[in-house]
Amino acid sequence: MAHDAEHAAAHAHPTGATYLKVAFILTFITAVEVWAYYIPSIVASPLFNPALIIMSAAKFVIVVMFYMHLKYDHKIFKFLFTGPLIIAAVTIIALLFLFNQLSL
Amino acid sequence: MASIAAPTTASHASTEPENTGIWSWITTVDHKRIGTLYLWTALFFFIVGGFEATLIRTQLMRPNMGFVSAETYNQLFTMHGTTMVFLAVMPLSAAFFNFLIPLQIGARDVAFPRLNAFSYWVYLLGGIFITLPILFQVAPDAGWFGYAPLTTTRFSSGPNIDFWVLGLQILGISSLAAAFNFITTIINLRAPGMTLMRMPMFTWMSFVVQFLVILAFPPITIALFFLLMDRFFGTTFYAIAAGADPLLWQHLFWVFGHPEVYILILPAFGLVSEVLPTFSRKPLFGYNVMVYSGIMIGFLGFGVWAHHMFAVGMGAVADSIFSLMTMLIAIPTGVKIFNWIATMWSGEIRFTVSMKFAIALIAMFTIGGISGVMHSSPPADLQQTDTYFVVAHFHYVLFGGSIMGIFAGIYFYYPKMTGRHLNETQGNWHFWLNLIGMNLTFFPMHFSGLLGMSRRIYTYDAGQGFDMFNLLATYGTYLLVVATAVFVWNFIRSHTRGEIAGNDPWGAPTLEWSIPSPPPEYNFAKLPSVTSRYPLWDLNNPEMTSEIAHSAADAKVITDSHAVPMHIETETHTAKELGIPMPFPTAKPFVVAFSMVVMFCGLLFLRNDMFALSMTVTISGALVMVAGLYSWLTSPLE
Amino acid sequence: MSSQTAHTAPSAAAGHDEGHAHTHHTSTGLDNRKIAIWAFIGSECMLFASLIATYMIYKGRSLVGPFPHTEYVNEAGKVFKPILDIPVTSASTFVLLMSSLFMVLALQAVQLKGTMIPAGAGTWTRLQRSSQLWLGMTALFGAIFLGFQAYEFTSFVHEGLTIKTNLFGSSFFTLTGFHGAHVTVGVLWLMSLLWVDRTRGLGPQDELLVDIAALYWHFVDVVWIVIFTLVYLIQ
Repeated sequence: MAHDAEHAAAHAHPTGATYLKVAFILTFITAVEVWAYYIPSIVASPLFNPALIIMSAAKFVIVVMFYMHLKYDHKIFKFLFTGPLIIAAVTIIALLFLFNQLSL
Repeated sequence: MASIAAPTTASHASTEPENTGIWSWITTVDHKRIGTLYLWTALFFFIVGGFEATLIRTQLMRPNMGFVSAETYNQLFTMHGTTMVFLAVMPLSAAFFNFLIPLQIGARDVAFPRLNAFSYWVYLLGGIFITLPILFQVAPDAGWFGYAPLTTTRFSSGPNIDFWVLGLQILGISSLAAAFNFITTIINLRAPGMTLMRMPMFTWMSFVVQFLVILAFPPITIALFFLLMDRFFGTTFYAIAAGADPLLWQHLFWVFGHPEVYILILPAFGLVSEVLPTFSRKPLFGYNVMVYSGIMIGFLGFGVWAHHMFAVGMGAVADSIFSLMTMLIAIPTGVKIFNWIATMWSGEIRFTVSMKFAIALIAMFTIGGISGVMHSSPPADLQQTDTYFVVAHFHYVLFGGSIMGIFAGIYFYYPKMTGRHLNETQGNWHFWLNLIGMNLTFFPMHFSGLLGMSRRIYTYDAGQGFDMFNLLATYGTYLLVVATAVFVWNFIRSHTRGEIAGNDPWGAPTLEWSIPSPPPEYNFAKLPSVTSRYPLWDLNNPEMTSEIAHSAADAKVITDSHAVPMHIETETHTAKELGIPMPFPTAKPFVVAFSMVVMFCGLLFLRNDMFALSMTVTISGALVMVAGLYSWLTSPLE
Repeated sequence: MSSQTAHTAPSAAAGHDEGHAHTHHTSTGLDNRKIAIWAFIGSECMLFASLIATYMIYKGRSLVGPFPHTEYVNEAGKVFKPILDIPVTSASTFVLLMSSLFMVLALQAVQLKGTMIPAGAGTWTRLQRSSQLWLGMTALFGAIFLGFQAYEFTSFVHEGLTIKTNLFGSSFFTLTGFHGAHVTVGVLWLMSLLWVDRTRGLGPQDELLVDIAALYWHFVDVVWIVIFTLVYLIQ
């Protein structure tokens, strides 16, 4: 009963190969970020910061979904994580606006 | 129907644990005993905070009273606020979280019983840590909200603020640990069939509160850490000379501070939602909406913090956004008021003391809510802020709201906790003296505030129009002192002299009333399986829930070999007789809590060139703590 | 459905009700500790959000240098180069990312321990089952990351940036210090697990213990991903 539910939750399991692929993707994105950092024309472009944020968000999501297994686990964990994450992100953004570090 | 039924059996004898001495309290991991510890300690600090308030009000009774000095006054109002928020109201709520949540959800205990005990000991020791200084005239003196840069060493060079910073960090650890515990408990330890939407309202509101705690305490932890770093290590977080922003503290504090006030009120709301249906003999009106509005209040509560800062000059855009959010949050709150009224409408009202307090909360909180909505307009708030108008507002919601709700809960649950009733006559005196005293104290402050009487001033000159209002407020305070004395007398005396109560003296609908009073150590001999929101009414008075739509979900009972159909238990045994494994009593939580607080004490010496002493104390504390923690983590629970 | 008879005398059904200490009834079928660690991680999101927000609030507002990405000349005419070292930090970031991979392999190893090794299995298949190896590698790479941090901190101090120097110094060292403290706790935790593995051995029944440590470890890594971008790369 309770045991069945537990087994049901641990269904899909990434293989070692998936994990290695994930590691490779993470390394690749990091390399792109660092490479971009050293190209002055990219750094000067207004797209630089948004691009960095998107790339690091991608790494964030990949680690959370795959390494932390959030993609495969019981949905309660998604809830326990994304709620606080949203509040944290909104709070940071609001504070940045309030201190004039961001403007519309 | 008589509201107090005399039961035929006193259920005390076989529920007493084998040890009843001090050691049994130090080593307890039973949520009911921990709840009792919280209740007594919190009531003690409530009296301490009330005493501080009495001294404040005596000083303000007349212009230029000269009863206390300005510095003492600063310590008094700081400690009054700090004590009431962190050492009285929050722990009173915690007393109910502890005692009630496992019983309401049909569990044997919380998810982490030893962590639960740890939370209490950290609270007790932290409370002592932050309260002792006032006896030596070095209490924190920069307000309960401790604005930096005032609290930096440049403007507060004594040890007062060190006690405040370290004390609050200690207390924060207590609250956070408890929150993780209750979140896990509520998610994972509900009886079979108790879906989230069948949980009692108190448990639901408490659930929301735990999330508020885990999300709101980190910002204040960081704000305090920055202040600690500035004071002890010369960092620049609040150092204006280094370019620091004077608003950093305020924003970080209020990001915590606003959810904190919802932490203070939601448990009281939950208690009222238990009391009203029982004494109206009607199910709660609009249960679903009550749940959703509680969640909305919690969620929106993170988006309104800067309404405490309308006077700092954030600009029209920021002011407008926070103003709008603040007005929005009045909606789910107002919804609750109407649902409570609808619950009582056409009900068979029994005006027990508990019910009176619950009804008083509705009225008093509404008044406080009205002044609150007045604050939500920045132009209006520019006049109101930092005046006694604000003091009136938050005392109506905190005293008229939180405290009255908690008293409703105490009168309601005292029989369950102790097996005896509080005396109704004394209770009525307590109630009326409280209601009159509270209004006499705080209503005049609306007027003195709008006339311009500033907050946090130790005295005022005559002839500004404040005199009568202050005098009345002080008289009201003395009435509250009498009211509290009556309550304390009743509370203590009824332990041994109160009328014996059975399982269910009030005819209430939820699981905790199906077991003996006080409950046996194992709570439920057989875990019940739950098929509706009002399991006991379904069993005893099905006509009361016949109009509730029992949806298909009610029929979906999760079958589990551990549970049996809903039933009443009147016999008590020991856990051993029933073969129920109980967690071992252990002093490890106390040891870890104590050594952790010793660590913090060591830090106190850092600013006085007593580095060696500081390191000795801190490191010894840390070593004992780590050893205790290791022992705790590697020993089995049961 | 609702029984009218009160079951007043529960039979002394000894043992059955809650006899098995390991598998208490739960509403979700999940372990309490796993729920608690995710709640804890949620709370930590707000903790690091406050630290990161403060760093970003004070970005560009220090009155004196050294500065992260720009040069600073003080009143005496001394020149301070931009103090952040991207190549070194990129290396430490890579180390931490790899440690997460090792952590995942450690968890997998513990899960695989109960299964039969297929006949003719190669080195990699065997290595996958060595939880000691992967736990050790995770802890080692965590320690290497800490070594990089220690190097960075000492060289910054050497170059004139302390925690008291300016807003950048205070917010930078506090933010990365908090993160480093979390890594340190993680390394100690992993070393304790390694110790248990070496003494009584970790098997599939210990999966939850390793899972919880892994979740903590990955979260610490994820926080660094955010810090690396917002502190080091964004100017």
